[in-house]
Amino acid sequence: MAEKVLTKAASFYDVYERKSGAHDVTHYCPGCGHGVLHKLIAEAIDDFGIRDQTIFISPVGCSVFAYYYFRVGNIQVAHGRAPAVATGIKRTHPESIVISYQGDGDLAAIGGNNILQAANRGEKITVFFINNAIYGMTGGQMAPTTLIGQRTTTTPRGRTVANEGFPLKMCELISTLESPIYVERVALTDPKNTSKVRRAVRKALRNQIENKGFSFVEVLSACPSGWKMTSVQAKQWMVDNLLPQFPLAVFKDVSKEIEPSERSKVVFSTENVNELLNIPSEENIRTDIPKPLTEHQNPRIILAGFGGQGILMLGLGLAQAGMQAGYHVSWIPSYGPEMRGGTANCHVILSEERIGSPTVSRPTVLVAMNLPSLEKFESQVEPGGLIIYDTSLINQSPKRKDVNVLGIPATEMADNLGNTRIANMIVLGAYIAYTGIMPKDVVVDALPIFIKHKKLIPLNVQAIEKGMAFVDKNNGHA
Amino acid sequence: MAKQLIKGNEAIVKGAILAGCRFYFGYPITPASEIAEAAAYYMPLVGGTFLQGESEVASIQMLYGAASGGVRCMTASSSPGISLKQEGISYSAGSELPLVLIDIMRGGPGLGNIAPEQGDYNQMVKGGGHGNYKLIVLAPNCAQEMCDLTMLAFELADKYRNPAVILADGFIGQMMEPVEFPAPVTELPDKPWAIHVDKNDETRLICSIELEPEVLEAHNRHLQEKYAEAEKNEVRFEEYRIDGADFVLVGYGVVSRVLQTTVDLLRDQGHRVGLLRPITLWPFPGKRIVELTGSVNSFMVVELSNGQMVDDVRLAVNGKKPVHFYNRMGGMVPSPEEIADQAVKFLED
Repeated sequence: MAEKVLTKAASFYDVYERKSGAHDVTHYCPGCGHGVLHKLIAEAIDDFGIRDQTIFISPVGCSVFAYYYFRVGNIQVAHGRAPAVATGIKRTHPESIVISYQGDGDLAAIGGNNILQAANRGEKITVFFINNAIYGMTGGQMAPTTLIGQRTTTTPRGRTVANEGFPLKMCELISTLESPIYVERVALTDPKNTSKVRRAVRKALRNQIENKGFSFVEVLSACPSGWKMTSVQAKQWMVDNLLPQFPLAVFKDVSKEIEPSERSKVVFSTENVNELLNIPSEENIRTDIPKPLTEHQNPRIILAGFGGQGILMLGLGLAQAGMQAGYHVSWIPSYGPEMRGGTANCHVILSEERIGSPTVSRPTVLVAMNLPSLEKFESQVEPGGLIIYDTSLINQSPKRKDVNVLGIPATEMADNLGNTRIANMIVLGAYIAYTGIMPKDVVVDALPIFIKHKKLIPLNVQAIEKGMAFVDKNNGHA
Repeated sequence: MAKQLIKGNEAIVKGAILAGCRFYFGYPITPASEIAEAAAYYMPLVGGTFLQGESEVASIQMLYGAASGGVRCMTASSSPGISLKQEGISYSAGSELPLVLIDIMRGGPGLGNIAPEQGDYNQMVKGGGHGNYKLIVLAPNCAQEMCDLTMLAFELADKYRNPAVILADGFIGQMMEPVEFPAPVTELPDKPWAIHVDKNDETRLICSIELEPEVLEAHNRHLQEKYAEAEKNEVRFEEYRIDGADFVLVGYGVVSRVLQTTVDLLRDQGHRVGLLRPITLWPFPGKRIVELTGSVNSFMVVELSNGQMVDDVRLAVNGKKPVHFYNRMGGMVPSPEEIADQAVKFLED
């Protein structure tokens, strides 16, 4: 036994080379609890044989330099963020043993939400929370756990309920959550309590070794420097003041009810990745589509109507079919200031050249499915351009005389097919027939890509055919 | 050829997975949420992890942890969320962690709006967090590049052990265009410095603190050398009709798309106009601008911001030629005609 006390744990470095100054002592003050807790943890790592699996997270606070000492994988992190970093490394390496070691300012103040959320997610990590009721590293400022009346450099007249509220009790808070499996508060006061700390450290680590869940151990610890006391006074002050405020107890322990399981590695695989990502593998771009007449080439299209008329879908269909027909295409929904004004609209460009601006300010084609859309966009159409409008819903003709106009009773025709919502595809059929921009089979090939309900495809084909037939019957000009 | 008509935001996620990224930690925000949603859908399918963090602050720290473990990992957000991530960004640069951040910029300052803006140039290119660091910043202008540059971002992040950023705007994110997806990356680079959960971990330390000024200065010197190397190797830009141009438009992201059309309009009017589009905002193609200064009469920078990249253009031009500036803010996107009118005014001045 005597020999064991004198031997340094193998989970400590032989020489503290990362430390500036003396390489054989820690940076902790005499009487501080960190050294004792470090030792209990290192011995547990040794005894469990988990040194090559352990990742120690050093936070901001007195234990910011824990990586000087622990001979394991070390990550030093931002103030309060240890549970988030622990989450990241544990999710990427579930086979590891992750220790988040945090002080009271780190865990209960700046990182309060991070610890609560990690606990609530049930991250399979072990958290050691050193509570000494003060900020030690930065020179003795108030912590969330500072006692009422306790003087610190930022509560020079003592903490008051009126100004700072009551001390935060983290074990009590965390044990209300469903996910944590083990929550205990222990104290580094006398040998008896210290042996309870040793047991708690081991239990919290074993829970993780057995892949059970989130364990949280709060360790009350003296800070003689911060409290401005001798070590002996500090121990007594803990007993007289800290323990009554922070009762020692097991607040929650359901670890026995959980079956141990394997900590398995994440395996990187690219198997079937293209299929899983739904990336098309078969040739889907045609190169044999004849060009339309010059006036219909490289259309810049605004499609507009009421929400619910399938305007965005119509644009999507045009873009999808246009892409398959070999054109450069872009589709952009109404966005930004354009979103206001009661019309749903989108911009589609089909082009033989690479597309510049994806927004259409001067359309060569306007598809207007309601009167507000016609009124809003009519004036923007390029001279010589084309306006297609739904005569079922718009009872006035476009005023422009310098553009081509195709009026089609799309909604009425859709109703005759038994589905008002199919008016958009009737317009699509009319557009391709009128302009010759692409043949019907390309559009039909594209339908399964942008129509989710496969059983509606025959109806959509029918609608496209009706639209085309309407144009053919009227010699292209209604 | 097999192409997919796809939103830029979704192309990012597919590109990331093809690049070998299997870990996504993020927090939703418009107009970047499609990225989180696509990641939530696809990551578990390919054996990866999607986790919605409790905040932007936490999500970037989850990346810090994941990157420490040597995996390719990413997050995405939009301007106000990026402001929150700056803490973790600075730490990641300090600890030399390779990770990929996507910023789909929106209107600001403050809550602003969800329309496209380019007001994050300074916070990404100049460093919005504390300390002497640089981020590798790539600016896609189409859905294809949302995929390709995301894949490149992972490569550069690993090459330089540094965070890399995709700086895009709501427009490029929301727009659908055809994308031809490249083959998946099957071999990921070795990262001997990362925590691998093995017996060598005792030699590994991910850390950004160093109390000794001499040592911290040496670390900073090392970072600067690394950045100088990136500046030497990684500048990327694209030019459009720049041959014989005496008036050069400069813009990135969606603006460069509008400017391409503007160049055509102005060329049709007989003006000798070209376009320079920085693809890497850092390292910035300043040298190319210096070269152009010799042959060009003047420059015109167009941004959806109060004028942030224009500072870098002016630094490169160094007073030798006029650098005009035209901007819209708050989510307004100028039309090609609007910019052409403005350019003609500058040309006639």
